[in-house]
Amino acid sequence: MSTQALIEARGLHKYYTIKTGMFEPNQSLQALSGASFDLHAGQTLAVVGESGCGKSTLARLLTMIEQPTAGQLTLDGIDVGIANQKEVAKKLRQTIQMVFQDPFGSLNPRQKVGDILQEPLIINTDLNANQRRDRVLELMRRVGLLDEHIHRYPHMFSGGQRQRIAIARALILKPKIVVLDEPVSALDVSIQAQVLNLLIELQQELGLAYVFISHDLSVVRHIADQVLVMYLGKPVEQGISEAVFNNPQHPYTQALLSATPQANTDRKRKRIRLTGELPSPLSPPTGCSFHPRCQNAVAQCKTTAPVMAQYGDVSVACLLVK
Amino acid sequence: MALLEITNLTVEFATAHGSLRAVDQVSLSLDAGDIVAIVGESGSGKSVAMLALMGLLPWTATITADRMSFDGKDLLTMNPKQRRAIIGKDISMIFQEPMTSLNPCFNVEYQISEVLAQHFGGKRRSYKPRVIELLKKVGIPAPETRLKAYPHQLSGGMSQRVMIAMMIACEPKLLIADEPTTALDVTIQAQILELLVELQKANGMALVLITHDMAVVAETADRVVVQYAGQQVEQRSVIELFNNPRHPYTEALLSALPEYAKEKTLNAIPGVVPGQLDRPVGCLFNPRCEYAQDLCRQQPPQKSEGVLCHYPLPLKVASNSHSEVTL
Repeated sequence: MSTQALIEARGLHKYYTIKTGMFEPNQSLQALSGASFDLHAGQTLAVVGESGCGKSTLARLLTMIEQPTAGQLTLDGIDVGIANQKEVAKKLRQTIQMVFQDPFGSLNPRQKVGDILQEPLIINTDLNANQRRDRVLELMRRVGLLDEHIHRYPHMFSGGQRQRIAIARALILKPKIVVLDEPVSALDVSIQAQVLNLLIELQQELGLAYVFISHDLSVVRHIADQVLVMYLGKPVEQGISEAVFNNPQHPYTQALLSATPQANTDRKRKRIRLTGELPSPLSPPTGCSFHPRCQNAVAQCKTTAPVMAQYGDVSVACLLVK
Repeated sequence: MALLEITNLTVEFATAHGSLRAVDQVSLSLDAGDIVAIVGESGSGKSVAMLALMGLLPWTATITADRMSFDGKDLLTMNPKQRRAIIGKDISMIFQEPMTSLNPCFNVEYQISEVLAQHFGGKRRSYKPRVIELLKKVGIPAPETRLKAYPHQLSGGMSQRVMIAMMIACEPKLLIADEPTTALDVTIQAQILELLVELQKANGMALVLITHDMAVVAETADRVVVQYAGQQVEQRSVIELFNNPRHPYTEALLSALPEYAKEKTLNAIPGVVPGQLDRPVGCLFNPRCEYAQDLCRQQPPQKSEGVLCHYPLPLKVASNSHSEVTL
């Protein structure tokens, strides 16, 4: 694509220092190591993986809640690393907004919907009360809420409606990028479909770029243009959604896909059994971090860490993929 | 004789706005070795029906039923002491949130051996070998080292395994799993579901799986009950249900799945499950139903051929139906 990408991430790393005791040396936890991608307007990048794989850390870096330890992040043409000046950072924050997983926890129970929605406007713009109200009502109608809802509290809404409020709040500053952290996983299937439809419509209308974090692969397959599969903070497979889903290369992607239940009564499907759970990121396995759970692992996997390499439409980090 | 028989179970809650009917005339019959799934959106009374069976509802609930018997014993006339002898021993239940259903103040060994001591008598400590055996059975590696672990030291999958170990400790005849995998990752979900089915086969127990995930139903259950706003709208075998849903709600639930989408827009069901104050006249599903006609808006439907609908969807011819569904 000729236009400039809205997000350019190059080798993003985030380490946390863990204090283990007064006389013990501090340990370093690698929450994210080496995520790189480009995201253009109107496109959706899905980040998938088990809990603890660094999905949410990536979201925190993208939304500038935290600074990356290493690597370069460019949002809308501005390098976040040098955007330390308050003015630039403040402007930049308006271009990237976030919708959280739990619509019951992310809305202030003591604020009315109207107040929740206009707070970003009060902080970031100099619109007067009437203009703010117009903008709030315009957006509420757009996400399928009624005008009279403006004076209600969050507890008066169902989960799906609350998620609509959260989406409206994210869009009120007219961002270019929205980070969606498991936006539908707390919702029922039927409501999930309503919210996904709304997200897709808004994207087509406003040309938004989505970073869609999820562990539900059937949803990801439906909504994503590109997929980034992560394991223990490292990207293991990345590429165009169709290619990754139709022909997964990395054994972890294969296992994830086969673990996802399908609404299909034909039970003869062969399932790759992933035994065990995610190892602790404080003491990651040597070599390839997936080798203790990998069914194809060979001796070399224990010693050599694989690097991402491009194969056609996808890049894979696995020693055995040729 | 069936292991569990429930006929016309109704649960009503006394609330400030009058009585709320959470479960409406639900019937269920189960034999040993059955796997039945109860599906529906939140607010459709799936959990309340099972909690009524367990006797775990608060005093505001009024439970009425024509018949509610387990293993030949009548649960309706039983006194609380007799009921306690069955609950946790012959009928046990796994809850959705493994992290919150374990007691954070006691270690794993204490919590599992407590169940055993309660139902079989004797000292808690004497059950240590049995606890280790149970933990091994549910697939916890090095169970001896986990005995003294507290719930906060376990991951979600591990806690759910501990819950399952606790629930199968007395080898129940009926296990009710209320959204056992909703809070877990897909890989762990697959492990837990496999474990439940394995245990069900090995012990010949009956399993009731409450879920809203149609894909989980398709992969585990034999029989499905679809519940909407407290009513059972359809009850059939899983293959029949997926190949040929007869109730418009079942069809709508299935077509809302992203897997079945043929285009970018999903077939969402408009609106939400009716609450206490906005219950529609006639069929409860009529405001959201795309096939609703005048009759649906006036009269509640009667059950015919296992479907609660005035105009059930037509029966497909068996031979060509399969190819349509396995997309």
